[in-house]
Amino acid sequence: MAAILRFRKLCFLEPSPSSCNNINPKVEKKNDCKNCSCEENGTRKKREWRCIDSCCWIIGLLCTTWWLLLFLHHCMPPNFPGAEPPGARLRRQGVSAHHPVVLVPGIVTGGLELWEGRPCSDGLFRQRLWAGSFAHIFKRPMCWLEHMSLDNETGLDPAGIRVRPVSGLVAADYFTPGYFVWANLIENLARIGYEEKNMYMAAYDWRLSFHNTQLRDQSLSRLKSKIELMYVTNGYKKVVVVPHSMGANYFLHFIKWVEGGGGGGGGGGRGWCAKHIKSVMNIGPVFLGVPKVVSSILSAESKEVAFLRSMAPGLLDSEIFRVEALEHVMRVSRTWDSLVSLLPKGGEAVWGNLDWAPEEDHVCDSVMRKYEQQLNDTRGFQVKESTKYGRIVSFSKTALESEVSLSKSHGSCGKVRTEYDEVSQETIWKLSQGGAFTADTLLDLLRSVAPKMMKRAEAHFSHGIADDLSDPKYDHYKYWSNPLETKLPEAPDMEIYCLYGVGIPTERSYVYKLSPPGRCRSIPLQIDSSADGSPNGCLRGGVNFVDGDESVPVLSAGFMCAKGWKGKTRFNPSGSATYIREFKHKAPANLLEGRGLESGAHVDIMGNVALIEDVLRVAAGASAVELGGDRIYSDIIKLSEKINIHL
Amino acid sequence: MAIFRRRKGASGRRPQSDEKKETLTKESEEKSDSKLNSQRSSPPAAAARRKRNCVDRCCWFVGCICSMWWFLLFLFNAMPQYVTEAITGPLPDPPGLKLAKDGLQAKHPVVFVPGIVTGGLELWDGHSCAEGLFRNRLWGGTFGEVYRRPLCWVEHMSLDNETGLDPPGIKIRPVSGLVAADYFTPGYFVWALLIANLARIGYEDKNMFMAAYDWRLSFQNTEVRDQTLSRMKKNIELLVTVNGGKKVVVVPHSMGALYFLHFMKWVEAPAPMGGGGGPNWCAKHIKAVMNIGGPFLGLPRVVSGLFSAEAKDIAVARAVAPNILDKDVFGFQTLQHVLRMTRTWDSTMSMLLKGGDTIWGGIDWSPEEGHICSPKKNGYDQTTGDNKTLNLTTYSRTKYGRLISFGKEVADLHSSEIESADFRGAIKGNNLANTTCRDVWTEYHDMGIDGIKAVADYKVYTANSMLDLLYFVAPKMMKRGGAQFSYGIADDLSDKKYDHYKYWSNPLETKLPDAPDMEIFSMYGVGIPTERAYIYKLSPSSECTIPFQIDTSADGGSKCHCLKGGVYSIDGDETVPVLSAGFMFAKGWRGKTRFNPSGIHTFIREYNHAPPANLLQGRGTQSGAHVDILGNFALIEDIIRIAAGATGEDIGGDRVHSNIFTWSDRIKLEL
Repeated sequence: MAAILRFRKLCFLEPSPSSCNNINPKVEKKNDCKNCSCEENGTRKKREWRCIDSCCWIIGLLCTTWWLLLFLHHCMPPNFPGAEPPGARLRRQGVSAHHPVVLVPGIVTGGLELWEGRPCSDGLFRQRLWAGSFAHIFKRPMCWLEHMSLDNETGLDPAGIRVRPVSGLVAADYFTPGYFVWANLIENLARIGYEEKNMYMAAYDWRLSFHNTQLRDQSLSRLKSKIELMYVTNGYKKVVVVPHSMGANYFLHFIKWVEGGGGGGGGGGRGWCAKHIKSVMNIGPVFLGVPKVVSSILSAESKEVAFLRSMAPGLLDSEIFRVEALEHVMRVSRTWDSLVSLLPKGGEAVWGNLDWAPEEDHVCDSVMRKYEQQLNDTRGFQVKESTKYGRIVSFSKTALESEVSLSKSHGSCGKVRTEYDEVSQETIWKLSQGGAFTADTLLDLLRSVAPKMMKRAEAHFSHGIADDLSDPKYDHYKYWSNPLETKLPEAPDMEIYCLYGVGIPTERSYVYKLSPPGRCRSIPLQIDSSADGSPNGCLRGGVNFVDGDESVPVLSAGFMCAKGWKGKTRFNPSGSATYIREFKHKAPANLLEGRGLESGAHVDIMGNVALIEDVLRVAAGASAVELGGDRIYSDIIKLSEKINIHL
Repeated sequence: MAIFRRRKGASGRRPQSDEKKETLTKESEEKSDSKLNSQRSSPPAAAARRKRNCVDRCCWFVGCICSMWWFLLFLFNAMPQYVTEAITGPLPDPPGLKLAKDGLQAKHPVVFVPGIVTGGLELWDGHSCAEGLFRNRLWGGTFGEVYRRPLCWVEHMSLDNETGLDPPGIKIRPVSGLVAADYFTPGYFVWALLIANLARIGYEDKNMFMAAYDWRLSFQNTEVRDQTLSRMKKNIELLVTVNGGKKVVVVPHSMGALYFLHFMKWVEAPAPMGGGGGPNWCAKHIKAVMNIGGPFLGLPRVVSGLFSAEAKDIAVARAVAPNILDKDVFGFQTLQHVLRMTRTWDSTMSMLLKGGDTIWGGIDWSPEEGHICSPKKNGYDQTTGDNKTLNLTTYSRTKYGRLISFGKEVADLHSSEIESADFRGAIKGNNLANTTCRDVWTEYHDMGIDGIKAVADYKVYTANSMLDLLYFVAPKMMKRGGAQFSYGIADDLSDKKYDHYKYWSNPLETKLPDAPDMEIFSMYGVGIPTERAYIYKLSPSSECTIPFQIDTSADGGSKCHCLKGGVYSIDGDETVPVLSAGFMFAKGWRGKTRFNPSGIHTFIREYNHAPPANLLQGRGTQSGAHVDILGNFALIEDIIRIAAGATGEDIGGDRVHSNIFTWSDRIKLEL
């Protein structure tokens, strides 16, 4: 690929007159001398050494250096001395494979391949549309978008298109070549003796709602059967489940599904989990949702809703899709029900209201923190103006004043129809007058700007807090992935871990404005990137940050383990033990370390040596106490205490 | 391919580009111009100029070649479908598309069972020489490591000589999923076409399953080490459950047919040795078994493969890289290395000839005698039968029963004229003084000159004495294999001893399961000469060679077309003789026999080989060759129809081109 690009660049460059003209005089000068030498040799075609020759010459030079570099790269020792992988170290200490391991990938990291498509996708049968090289985004963007979308009404395949998850470990070991997701963990597990018979990747179509993966692909049935099989073939040893990101919610859904009898359940019966599962090691779990999904649904603007931006930073802003890149992304991603499963759950009780939020004392800037400490020392009684994190979406003052321009022609060139075309301007304007939205009112906001999506997806997901868990309505599958509306299974020996990174600013709430009119945009809202600076330094570019792993705030990842399920609560009636293991982010020291051995970022944490060691030890049979129990760096305990929900 | 060019380029050009770098740096020190200009402008010394000219030429040359290459690649990629169609005429619709138009839809889940060598194997744990290859394919894929580190590769691909399992510190595991055997090497399809066509009528991952297994192990050992049989059982049960209780259609290929035979016995056998599925498991879960090119009674070429590593493609290694075996990549010992490696693979022994002289013929008799090999005739026509009777007198009858004869004359003599000395008691000496070859372990080094001479003196080997021969020349291998496989014919199938797993993959020593509604198909190609018997000679006594080799000078000439290059050929699919693939279906299992007590329906579907008309057709849509038949449109259509719910009668019952029924009649086997 790279070679071709380079080649093309050359083609474009070479014929340009400037380069040739620049060279020509000198070439002629040289030709004079050459002619001398050539006449001696008796040849006489030096005149033809011109543009084409220099072209060839340059290409040749580039190729040879490229090959040389590649060759050197291959000769380089693959592992730098000193960094012994944790798997090798543990093996020397006598740790070996014991419990089978199930890996549950999260959103966007799993590969999807084409099984049936429209004529434009000819020749792509069983090729990856998602993950892999993403070459088809560039080659046939419209076709790609069409195939990645789901049906707007049903949330399932559009007619005539079948895109299916890749299965096996290859589904999510690497996202793109060289960008590991599970590969590091798999390799280290293999070093202590794991192989395919005791390791399983529960790949599923992450675009669908959880219930639909069972409806369409029977993914849950397969997972159940695979776990039972591994349990039996490995000498009746319980499995260790390692879900990542949204996989944690998916697995929560699975645990309820598998024990649920008859009706939408897997019929495993009560005690299935107690019998088959040793521990669930959630990595970067999104139990209570992530705020960034809100912005991605509202305006397709969150930093990495689907890695798209980070994958190809220029792509969205450049003119490849003309101006409508964001609209396309929005249209496609709004057909993915799974996004809705990540909306903040628990409403104001968890995420805070207009004037209050559990994280309100958070200070982002280290300089600021010292300063504040000094302030506190001198005038302890000072009333701080804290960030109002509870307002997940708020509209900036400037936006409120721009009403005049709003009514002007808008969406005149909306070739891409997003749902915003069906929402009247007045509605949006009225909404923006609402000022601020909390986790509760946010849902109403989304319902009014994305009616179809919310209608479809809310049949599959719920975002509230249960008052009475014994209410029969909670047997419905839409509550199963919400930890605040389900009970954990009756499995007192099962251990639940929350492993996540801390120390990276993570999106928590947004300042919005109305899009400047006149331009050809059909998304009327956008993040007000001019909003900046707040008392605690957490507001940057229209986004308020808190502590987290870059994607998931500490609150979402840790609350259930820190409080919601801790001890015997109504969400955890049998008192399954919960543990928090936090990993402090440390950026890689130099380029050679790649994505870092001590990273705490949402995906890079899968290469974190300490985390890998934890997983390996538990898989080899260690209990949480042997690992050292809780390991906490953030304020999660304090934060959780501030949240008052009935347990 | 690209890697190759790159490496060649890198290693070839390196010194020059180093020089160039030097000149570049020198010049850039002298001049503050851009690099390009400093190259082009005249340096002071004439000598330097000449040197630079040479470098320039090189660069120019490389550049030319690269741009040409890219240009061609571009053209190739841009070449639209209709160019091919203009040359070959309109391509027929792929069968999947055609049947989808007819309204066929996915119904029964489909299970593929790949055969020997077609499944990919990947590294999970290895010695230090294999660093960086974790989860890379050692078998299948590009085979890049064969070239890069051949000895390391051989070491990792071999199994333990005693146990037939992993050597210590090495873990090679089968690739799982459909990717395990869709393509063998990039561009060389195995199952890919069938999968693509099934997908057209609605199949996908949830109702298709590739039962990949480590094809190097003996069948029972795949369960012992990887629990492959358990996984297959669980997966079939899962497929049946999630697809609304519809039974599966199993499609084994090549050795997969034996593997699945083993599975069917295993799954119904009680727990410790078997899968504990109960006596009705097959009846409940399997609709049809559609064997493609199944070597049910073994392959003659495996004999020569084990004997002297010479069969044409016992490990496809030859086909994949024809050069590596003949060139001296491993020094002088290529064949020995291959022999040593393949002899650690128990699975090859599952395909030794079964049924002995009863099936494969004695010294003076064989079921196929009278077969005529005509070089011009690729297929069959109406006149075959007439030709045969006419020509019987002129053609000498080939004695196929003599699997191995030492010397061409011996192969034709009547049995009474052969003087043979029994080799069985011969003393093996240790007097072969070639200790230099010790690093390559083949069991021939334990035989000594006397042993080798004794083998050659026996002159003629039939299927029965064949086994004794192998026990004689490779005792360790046969001891290991003998515990896993059996090659006889059962006298009394109700004997308790037949409950042992070593009999499960021999159709002559097991009963089919009690499943009267199940259907079994044997689908195989015919019309290609297939190895059936060999003429051997002693190797010219050089130092480190295998003492026996096929006598390639033996040729039948115009009188006997069946003998070429020391190999007697017979009708088949290039690998499997018709007899092996078809006998059980034509006779052994037809109707209610003692091997088929519940009367499972059997069908024979033969596909006449027609080679591809031109290069653009690739491997042909009407091929009958052992692997290429998986791209045969007629075969694909048959499978799709059955998978969509048709029965064997619906697709036309038997379809026979060869003489399989005549030949089967000649075999006297108590049924």
